[in-house]
Amino acid sequence: MAAGVAAWLPFARAAAIGWMPVANLPMPIAPTNKNKHQDELIILNVSGRRFQTWRNTLDRYPDTLLGSSEKEFFFNEETREYFFDRDPDVFRSILNFYRTGKLHYPRYECISAYDEELAFFGIIPEIISDCCYEEYKDRKRENAERLMDDLEDNKDSKLPNMTFRETMWRAFENPHTSTMALVFYYVTGFFIAISVITNVVETVPCGYMPNQRDIPCGERYTEAFFCMDTACVMIFTVEYLMRLFAAPSRYRFMRSVMSIIDVVAILPYYIGLVMTNNEDVSGAFVTLRVFRVFRIFKFSRHSQGLRILGYTLKSCASELGFLLFSLTMAIIIFATVMFYAEKGSSSSKFTSIPASFWYTIVTMTTLGYGDMVPKTIAGKIFGSICSLSGVLVIALPVPVIVSNFSRIYHQNQRADKRRAQKVQKARLSRMRISKSGSSSAFLHSKRNGLNQSLELTGSLEEDQQLKKTTSLLESQHHHLLHCLEKTTNHEFVDERLYEQGYMQTALQNFPSQSPSLSSEEGITGTCCSRRTKKSMQPLSATHTHSHTHNLQELSALHIQCGERQALNTSRSSLNLMSDESGSLNCKSSGLVTTAIISIPTPPSNNSRASPDAPPPPNPDAPPLPNPGNDVVKISAL
Amino acid sequence: MWETEGLQTLGIVVIVCASLKLLHLLGLISFSEDSVEDELELSAARHRPEALEQLEAQTRFSRKELQILYRGFKNECPSGVVNEDTFKEIYSQFFPQGDASTYAHFLFDAFDTDHNGSVSFEDFVMGLSILLRGTVQEKLNWAFNLYDINKDGYVTKEEMLDIIKSIYDMMGKCTYPTLKEETPRQHVEIFFQKMDKNRDGVVTIDEFIDCCQNDENIMKSMQLFENVI
Repeated sequence: MAAGVAAWLPFARAAAIGWMPVANLPMPIAPTNKNKHQDELIILNVSGRRFQTWRNTLDRYPDTLLGSSEKEFFFNEETREYFFDRDPDVFRSILNFYRTGKLHYPRYECISAYDEELAFFGIIPEIISDCCYEEYKDRKRENAERLMDDLEDNKDSKLPNMTFRETMWRAFENPHTSTMALVFYYVTGFFIAISVITNVVETVPCGYMPNQRDIPCGERYTEAFFCMDTACVMIFTVEYLMRLFAAPSRYRFMRSVMSIIDVVAILPYYIGLVMTNNEDVSGAFVTLRVFRVFRIFKFSRHSQGLRILGYTLKSCASELGFLLFSLTMAIIIFATVMFYAEKGSSSSKFTSIPASFWYTIVTMTTLGYGDMVPKTIAGKIFGSICSLSGVLVIALPVPVIVSNFSRIYHQNQRADKRRAQKVQKARLSRMRISKSGSSSAFLHSKRNGLNQSLELTGSLEEDQQLKKTTSLLESQHHHLLHCLEKTTNHEFVDERLYEQGYMQTALQNFPSQSPSLSSEEGITGTCCSRRTKKSMQPLSATHTHSHTHNLQELSALHIQCGERQALNTSRSSLNLMSDESGSLNCKSSGLVTTAIISIPTPPSNNSRASPDAPPPPNPDAPPLPNPGNDVVKISAL
Repeated sequence: MWETEGLQTLGIVVIVCASLKLLHLLGLISFSEDSVEDELELSAARHRPEALEQLEAQTRFSRKELQILYRGFKNECPSGVVNEDTFKEIYSQFFPQGDASTYAHFLFDAFDTDHNGSVSFEDFVMGLSILLRGTVQEKLNWAFNLYDINKDGYVTKEEMLDIIKSIYDMMGKCTYPTLKEETPRQHVEIFFQKMDKNRDGVVTIDEFIDCCQNDENIMKSMQLFENVI
């Protein structure tokens, strides 16, 4: 229950008087405040700074340090105050949480210090209110990464015993580990460069042949270039095979981008070897040589920045997609308009709409080659609009991509978003649990009361034990909910049991009206709740035993003696007194459960719990031994 | 040729519209009656309650109790008055499984004795004083006032049905046994059988008080919340 609302509990309970005339059943007794002390100010001395608050304020959250008796450990007898040797600045936020019910995270605080204080005072961070929660989560994530980075750096220096394979893999991934790795790293880099330069120089025209035609160097020095190519490809192949051998997961390695680039880089050579003398496919062979330029991507293993660029482009896929889409839209629109505008003019280059695409693209990207220009007035008007809009359309997504790049350069964004989504779900579910906590707490306490009563055999003092476990506020709230149950003569169940019961009642037909065992068992079948089963089994078991068995009991609450009369008044509805388990509102469900009645009997007198008992209700139940005692157990027969 | 001319005209029209829009944006010309933004209504009532002594005299609470009550009240409603939505919200927090808003609406009407749409601290404390410290007669009076939705002195079956439905709404869906459609109606029938002595279809205040005073259950339950504060 929220903090401030706890103060309104007296009002809610007073308003329950409105139900009283309507209710047909008597109400449970209210829990009394045994140790009714006046509200007092308590002093919290946190490292010298004194905070003062009402005791009740702290009692609002009994599962934290300050709200429970744990704070007594910090009580200082001489100064009559509670002394905490903690940070007073953070304590301010914590105390405000008790006062307002909202936990705020101040931006200037260090995240780990704040977390430690929260852990000390027993407050879970998930209840940080929404205004500060984003900030808190961001800072926590950054911190976690920083710690992880530190861990990774430390990890490299450790690991004494590794297999040869693992050493090799580490050498490949992190060249700074050993000298061999560094040498290998530089050698491969050198050969990549050589290979790329070779490809480039191959096409440069160098020298003249006698027939006065520039031929590229590649054709002039064929063997030299072929040897270079072979050497490079051999090195790359060896490197690839070594990586493949050392990879911890070969399948995953083969699917990774870098290995695909490696394969694509060396494949043309081998394909070229295979089909040298086939004229038909030589055209395709020439195309394959283009792929040799992919060797330049192998540099990305050597450059962090290149990897980040690639990663940025991958993560900005949505922005890039948007850019592309909007450009396409604009291109089509303007191309169509320009085509129709220029259709009239003679010798117009705008022969078709696709032909106008080229003009539109060149104009929108402000290139303006000038090979196609509009000649009509309308064409010029629309052309100018086209170039203006081009500037806008292109300028908009670019800063997004830029900011993305700078963001990724500093931290690993993608994995965190995925982690954050899981945490958000966990957070929401935790908050939902705590919100439903009050209703589940009530059901829980009812079940506890029921369970406890099943174990005990008729003693009268377990109310003390039950009261101990719940705070006064909680017991008052539960009493209120109990009064509502009494007023409406229905009880709260949780979702699961409700589903079960609903399905069962839907499936089953109502059994006939026979006040016998069969109807009892039918009831057991229809009202399928765990509590029913629990109490029904002892019921069927004990109907032959003369067994003192208090089957049903209200948790922590007791019925007054006067309820016998209530039986009389409610006779028409055949309402059952025992509502904790298995009771049915017979009238509404159509079942006549004459078998199950509840008779307020004292524990000692409960001999025969027979389903064939006299018809309900039994006004002449055995007199209570101590009528003055207002504590009575209800037992179902 | 018509295409060119048509497009030319279109182009000119586009340019003219764009420039007009630009001028409008710059605020040089205005087309429609741009209404000035409505002044923000001054946030409603900053209400200060009457002095402590006066309240002490008017209600049956002690000074300390009034202090505690006011602190809780002010915490939840810093402006000093509760409007109906806040009231519903607060009351709903006590009944997480069901929908307490209808009953809270009736409660609000019962507390808002001067019917001005908001419950001030005085209204609140007066209501509580009757409920917690009043005589049984006063409490029954209050309850009757709650049931009598249109405050005409008679409680009809429809009014009672509304009230009882709202109470059942607070239970929510997951109840045992499951709530049927006719359960509230049956409950109303039981109530009227008990209360409506002359069988005229309405319950007057005298019938109500009479009947409740003869019902020991109800009398006992009225004393239930004596020690709430």
